[in-house]
Amino acid sequence: MKTLSLTIDGVAVTAREGMSVLECALEAGIYIPHLCHHPDLKPVGVCRLCLVEIAGRGMTISCKTPVEEGMVVRTESPDIELARRVAVELLIVNHHADCLSCAKDGACKLQEIARHVGIEEERLQRLRRTTSTLPVDSSNPFFLRDPNRCVLCGICVRTCEEIVGASAIDYAFRGYATVISTLGNRPIVQSRCESCGECVARCPVGALVPRQERNPAREVRSICAYCGVGCGLYLGVRGNQVVRVRGAAESPVNRGRLCVKGRYGHAYIGHPERLTTPLIRRDGRFVEATWEEALDLVATRLAGYRGDQFAALTSARCTNEENYLLQKFTRAVMGTHNIDHCARL
Amino acid sequence: MTNSIADIVRDARGFFVIGSNTTEQHPVIGMGIREAVKQRGAGLIVADPRRIPLTRLAAIHLQHRAGSDIALLNALMNVLIGEELYDKAFVAERTEGFAELQAAVARYTPEATADITGVAPELVRRAARLMAGLRPLALLYAMGITQHTTGHQNVLACANLQMLLGNLGVPGGGVNPLRGQNNVQGACDMGGLPNYYTGYQPVASDEARRKFEAAWGVTLGSAPGLTVVEMLNGAEEGRIRAMYILGENPMVSDPDVNHVRRSLEGLEFLVVQDVFLTETAELADVVLPGAALAEKSGTLTNTERRVQLASPAVSPPGQARQDWEIICDLAKRLQKEPPQGPFAGWDYRSPAQVMEEIAALTPIYGGVRHERLGGQGLQWPCPDLDHPGTPILHVGRFPRGLGRFVPVDWLPPAEQPDEEYPLVLTTGRVLYHYHTGSLTRRVPGLMELYPEGRVEIHPDDALKLGIVDGGVVRVSSRRGSVTARAEVTQRTQPGLVFMTFHFAESAANVLTIAALDPVAKIPEYKACAVRVEPVA
Repeated sequence: MKTLSLTIDGVAVTAREGMSVLECALEAGIYIPHLCHHPDLKPVGVCRLCLVEIAGRGMTISCKTPVEEGMVVRTESPDIELARRVAVELLIVNHHADCLSCAKDGACKLQEIARHVGIEEERLQRLRRTTSTLPVDSSNPFFLRDPNRCVLCGICVRTCEEIVGASAIDYAFRGYATVISTLGNRPIVQSRCESCGECVARCPVGALVPRQERNPAREVRSICAYCGVGCGLYLGVRGNQVVRVRGAAESPVNRGRLCVKGRYGHAYIGHPERLTTPLIRRDGRFVEATWEEALDLVATRLAGYRGDQFAALTSARCTNEENYLLQKFTRAVMGTHNIDHCARL
Repeated sequence: MTNSIADIVRDARGFFVIGSNTTEQHPVIGMGIREAVKQRGAGLIVADPRRIPLTRLAAIHLQHRAGSDIALLNALMNVLIGEELYDKAFVAERTEGFAELQAAVARYTPEATADITGVAPELVRRAARLMAGLRPLALLYAMGITQHTTGHQNVLACANLQMLLGNLGVPGGGVNPLRGQNNVQGACDMGGLPNYYTGYQPVASDEARRKFEAAWGVTLGSAPGLTVVEMLNGAEEGRIRAMYILGENPMVSDPDVNHVRRSLEGLEFLVVQDVFLTETAELADVVLPGAALAEKSGTLTNTERRVQLASPAVSPPGQARQDWEIICDLAKRLQKEPPQGPFAGWDYRSPAQVMEEIAALTPIYGGVRHERLGGQGLQWPCPDLDHPGTPILHVGRFPRGLGRFVPVDWLPPAEQPDEEYPLVLTTGRVLYHYHTGSLTRRVPGLMELYPEGRVEIHPDDALKLGIVDGGVVRVSSRRGSVTARAEVTQRTQPGLVFMTFHFAESAANVLTIAALDPVAKIPEYKACAVRVEPVA
């Protein structure tokens, strides 16, 4: 791939052909405010925040401008400052400002941009209209959709279209009334939405937030416990509890993507109905037992059934190592090839 | 899968999805197919008795009847050969048996098969022409192909089609079975099968037997053991007297559940090792609490043969223990005098050490070690420590040299609809639940989104039978009967009803037939005869 040289704010940088000026700047560690850009998605240029000046052609948005050899880019100028400030103010002025009670507080792109641009309360007062109070869509058990916190960047719409392919949501209505909506403006569970949460994972603000999730204290790389695709994921843990799951972007299998079961279907792990002690049936009822009692009993009884009167089912849900050991046990200890699992079921 | 998820999503110009409801059963691969179709214009042909979600994006939907796959696949090949659309160079250089295939599919014209498949001949021709124009084309299938009494022939027909199109050994092509459970591939690879040791080394092979006898220091038989359904039959007949069931739930997952119950109750001793008191564990004499995947260190092998490492995030609750430790403790109790052999013992420090033993005994896993797996894993065959793994099988050459066409003939499902049981039942899964529901039914949000089993029935049939959407119906077969709410929907076709097996209280497997493919021993879950009636 061809390498190009250009300067951004006087800094000489190199870029790969086909990159946008925004991608090039971000990769070089030069921050340009942006809201609708997402590295997984095609650029659309709707937020108008990533303005730059390019020598010889004036002000333009950097996310849709491909890098060229010898380009001279400026990210700051009075014109940029003014245009960007107005764009940010118009976004913020009708946004719910109760940041502390927002799930995205501290991780919000709008906060990041406001800090960068610098917001003056007086100017906001002049622009302020009634804060919108649209109903929150709480129909999905896994996430909330709050149109009042939405900045209409369209990342959710493009995620659903480009990455998930479900196309459950789009822009609806016009002008000031524009919202992200389902077909017929119905609750999200009545749409084509597959509850995968890919849009929730990418929403830059508090418009799409998980309902039960808590921020983990640490993360552990694992594999999804459900289907044979084997998506890579990170289990987010607090204490001894899994509180969040996110896709592993570096996995060649799923490239960070997950489905509804993989992302949200983990409540069984610490479920109160988990078996916590060996059980032995006595007089038709299960009685709790120690491991010594249970294993001694199993060993004593199985010793009487060696050979082809014994059979084992191993598990398509257990690890390779465990499956190896159970077939070794069946063949080498119990002396039979009667071992199978639900591969056919 | 002969190919990898990454290459088919990136390189396939076309997809032929047959017997796989991919967006619901393998959702992330489903996302990849939709991405390929919508973002870069790949062509999609779906063959499925139901209007699955992918059909919305398909150029052609071949809505064939349940159990008519071979008739359909042979008809496609009939057109490809008749119109000379197949890959002549590939067939000449890489295959043998073409003349036999040609002769066998000659009578499967689209016209002659239309009565079997219910698909208009012109649509079959269009599909064949489209396939020939979309190269490379990835063929994806799942249990819709395999869960038939002709399951193994169905697979052969898929392989024949892809060889005829020259779509093997290339990125974006392949015969790609999508495996169901997260480690069903690994359980097979590890010799969790009655006829194979690890890595598909046959039990009947003297060489393999001697190798494992030496490794474990024991004498081993050379006759294959029993498959699941045969074990349960054996239990009912008293030939199998004790069973050990690790993390499986045949009381919901196996065909003809009433028969499964009789079989398991007939055992003298049943041990179940699991994370929940499943329907199967309730019948056990001893229940041993194991660990969930989030609590484990170990490897899993996905549908594209990728061995991946999982690390423990939390510890098992209460006294529950790691499954591998339980098995080792039990083995040591039963083998008081350990036999002599390099791998005879049961003292492992960690799952990583077990993997070293697997690698030593299993050529396709020869280069697999936990420390090599990192974020990407390794795709088998991976014979040695320097081998990078094998993303695509059959590049340049098949293991046997030339790829052999094995022509197959269509046979009807074991049970045909008749006056008493006039409808065909086919079974499957939905997006929000998994297999027997022992995990997903304990996730409140998933239960909210999909709270109960439903019976999908076509409006034509519903009208005739007086069934309304949401009304309770009784579904009966020769094996038993269950009740559930009806969903009147055009997703299915006239004459066909669909149920899932996630819900034990309306278990489709009370109804299904334990008729097996004679080679693969897979039960015919995708077609049996039933009667549906409204419950007043």
